[in-house]
Amino acid sequence: MPDEKVASGKNLAPQAEGADWSMTDLVAWDERIRVLVDDFGLDCFEQEFEVCDHEQMLGFMAYHGMPAHYPHWSFGKSFEQQKTYYDLQVSGLPYEMVINSNPSVAYLMRGNSLCLQILTMAHVYGHNDFFKNNFTFRHTDPKGLLARINVHGNRIRDYMADPSIGVEKVEPVLDACHALSLQISRNPAVKRLSREKQEDRLIDAANKDPKIDDKKLAKELGKPLLEAEEDLLILIRDHAPDLKDWERDIVNIAHQEAMYFLPQIETKIINEGWASFWHHQIMSSLDLPHGTRMEFMVRHHQVIRPTPGNINPYHLGFETWRAIAKDALGLSDEEDDGGPLPLLGATGKEARQAMFNIREVDRDVSFLRQHLNENLMRKMDIFSYGPTQQGDLVVNKVSDEENWQSVKQTLLRQVGMGGVPIIKAIDIDVKRGHKLKLLHEQGERELDPEHARHSLNHLFDLWRRPVDLETKVDGKAILYLVNDEGFSVKE
Amino acid sequence: MGQPRAIFRDYPAQESLRSDRSAGDRARHRHKVREAIRDNIADIVAEQPIIGRSGDTIIKIPVRGIKEYRFTYGKGGDGDGKGEGAAKGQEQRAGTGDGTTQEGQILKKGDQEGQDPGGEGGSEEGVDYYETEIMLEELVEIMFEDLELPNMERRRMRETLSERNLKRAGIQRAGTPATLDKKKTLRSLIRRRLAGGTAHLTDPPPLRRDDLRYKRRKPKIKKESNAAIICIMDTSGSMDTTKKYLARSFFFLLYQFVKRRYRAVEVVFIAHHTTAKEVTEHEFFHKGESGGTMISSGYKKALGIIAERYHPDVWNLYAFHSSDGDNFSSDNEAMLECAKKLCMACNLFGYGEIKPWGNGLIETFKKNLPGKNFMPVTFDSKEEVWPAFKKLLGKERRANSRTPQQVKEAEDA
Repeated sequence: MPDEKVASGKNLAPQAEGADWSMTDLVAWDERIRVLVDDFGLDCFEQEFEVCDHEQMLGFMAYHGMPAHYPHWSFGKSFEQQKTYYDLQVSGLPYEMVINSNPSVAYLMRGNSLCLQILTMAHVYGHNDFFKNNFTFRHTDPKGLLARINVHGNRIRDYMADPSIGVEKVEPVLDACHALSLQISRNPAVKRLSREKQEDRLIDAANKDPKIDDKKLAKELGKPLLEAEEDLLILIRDHAPDLKDWERDIVNIAHQEAMYFLPQIETKIINEGWASFWHHQIMSSLDLPHGTRMEFMVRHHQVIRPTPGNINPYHLGFETWRAIAKDALGLSDEEDDGGPLPLLGATGKEARQAMFNIREVDRDVSFLRQHLNENLMRKMDIFSYGPTQQGDLVVNKVSDEENWQSVKQTLLRQVGMGGVPIIKAIDIDVKRGHKLKLLHEQGERELDPEHARHSLNHLFDLWRRPVDLETKVDGKAILYLVNDEGFSVKE
Repeated sequence: MGQPRAIFRDYPAQESLRSDRSAGDRARHRHKVREAIRDNIADIVAEQPIIGRSGDTIIKIPVRGIKEYRFTYGKGGDGDGKGEGAAKGQEQRAGTGDGTTQEGQILKKGDQEGQDPGGEGGSEEGVDYYETEIMLEELVEIMFEDLELPNMERRRMRETLSERNLKRAGIQRAGTPATLDKKKTLRSLIRRRLAGGTAHLTDPPPLRRDDLRYKRRKPKIKKESNAAIICIMDTSGSMDTTKKYLARSFFFLLYQFVKRRYRAVEVVFIAHHTTAKEVTEHEFFHKGESGGTMISSGYKKALGIIAERYHPDVWNLYAFHSSDGDNFSSDNEAMLECAKKLCMACNLFGYGEIKPWGNGLIETFKKNLPGKNFMPVTFDSKEEVWPAFKKLLGKERRANSRTPQQVKEAEDA
């Protein structure tokens, strides 16, 4: 499942108070890091670092790094959960949190050791470069991000403070928006067609088809939906018959926010791998004091070690990027001592260029599809598993000669937005009270019925007219219906 | 140099600059958790080991209803369906191993999580509900928000002087600036000017000390009722571990409720088999006994304590008895006699019967105790403890309850 955290966090044990560094140290090490960032040819936005304490870090995490974000109870929940884990020492805090704004903002926790601060800064420059250059982030308008979040936050706070609206009414709208926000067009590079363009397309098609006469065409053109709509929040914003202006505004804000998170979800592995690759490269090239170097090796290992039975994006990303780099440099696995790779000479420059191209045009799915090969799959011991009828989780395929490609397909389906089903609005029946028809564009996987029921109820909270969703269970088409009488299933 | 210098912002030294933006959302979340807990109290009482714990015990409880939902995959194809014994259509996921992973290796036994109706078996977010941690004290507070002791405040009130609360009592000519009554002060100024014929002047005489009026306040006398709760529990041999657990659950709820709601309430614990004795709270909730059953012994003890310490004219009395109804039949007459007296003395006499032997005593009681201030409830399992408890103290009961006086009057007539 995608996790929608803005910035990528890595859990480590919390540091004791009593730091071994001063602000002057941070500035001096940043100076050295930036020399290497330049030498390696990374291309970054301006960088800002803010020192915070662990409570603040918990707050930044809950609000995706943006303190001015609009309020919602789910952020309070997220805060409490993180805090419980932290207090119980189950997990530490992430030592890195970056926002993809321009200038880029990152937080450094004051309780962390000097080594962790240097490591964090090096890692942050990797993310910064990725945010600035990867194609998925191109539409996110990083310059206006913080101001936009602020304005959106204030508008929603105003609605909550408005005596004629209030929290009690705003909250269900936000709840519904959050349930639907990932039902969004997958590829931000594909531009939405305007209504006019859609009409033109329809007319062109009609002209080529003698079976469609003018009357039929006029009827088609009169429909609210000319093409299937994958963006459910846009659908609601533009077509929900009963929404008030303030509700439409909130739906729009939630949609813009989802558009901001989409690239984060789609590039978790490639982005974390990229940042980890470069922090490793930079840290290994810095002249670190002995103790700091030893600590770095421990910390680096903690970051990129596999989490058994799961996918650690840092691990998968780092290993894949390193394999790409070695390949470009013509190094075999035997020649790799785990240290920094020779990326500075003439061959190094070429290798870097190849890597820069990949970081620009790929997201997790395409990155892994092209660069995760059998050798890497075996090395990382990637397997696929599923529940049996008894409910045990059992490994069913491992990355051997016969099955590695099948395992890889399973992996590719779960990265990025792969865990979010595609649900399209295919019709709004104006004559039948704006009844909304949805279709689950199904692959092999079935919708989780419990989640589907709640999500449809949320959709109904905004659409307020009957909604049905067609999907398949055990190969048979069924309809999930929701109307004033509640939710029901029709076989 | 390509990269511009980074900007560093140090940790703000003053606390005021480190604002806590999440406070509101945390409070809102907390509020939703409380609502969810209240909706699920019967389950929580049944499932959670809360009996006999102290208030600062932290317990983990599942909270349904504040989970966030999205469209997601539950089931899904296995591709070629080769996995031996694989549940049809269950979701497949990929993970990394330690280099030794074998086909058919069991990653996790499905005893707990596998049954999850959400069908998210393998994924990290497989928990269908959300667990929260809460102090027992807070849980108890949420549980009892809707409940109150029936027929309270009937007996003679005890008057207590509560020092914090003051009430207004007219005005006075001297006082502190904080108690200045501006309206009355201006009124007396205007009155003086009118009386002196100077009101029309452009520069009338200024405010004088004589004009000042202050609010007078005096301590409020609060009326508090005296109340005592008498908990009587059957600890005889026929009360096996389960029954004792149920009885204790019931009394634990009652005791927690009373303790939180009514600071001035006194609680008496009586344990009985063939004889009865007054015990401490700890003994009541933790000690086991055995032997035959003579319920009248418990009631007699209660009546004795009432006569000695809690005169029914002055005290609101509540007696609750919990038993499996397995009484020596020779004792039944004495028992009913005492029960009637208890009904007369108390605002409410509650009898909770647990998994009765044979017919139990409910019918006997019902036949012989006509007053509405007798309240029988039964509970056979831990799931029924909370509904029984609510029946006894819930608002719906109070609506149609009568006081012993009314019963007496009705009987006399």
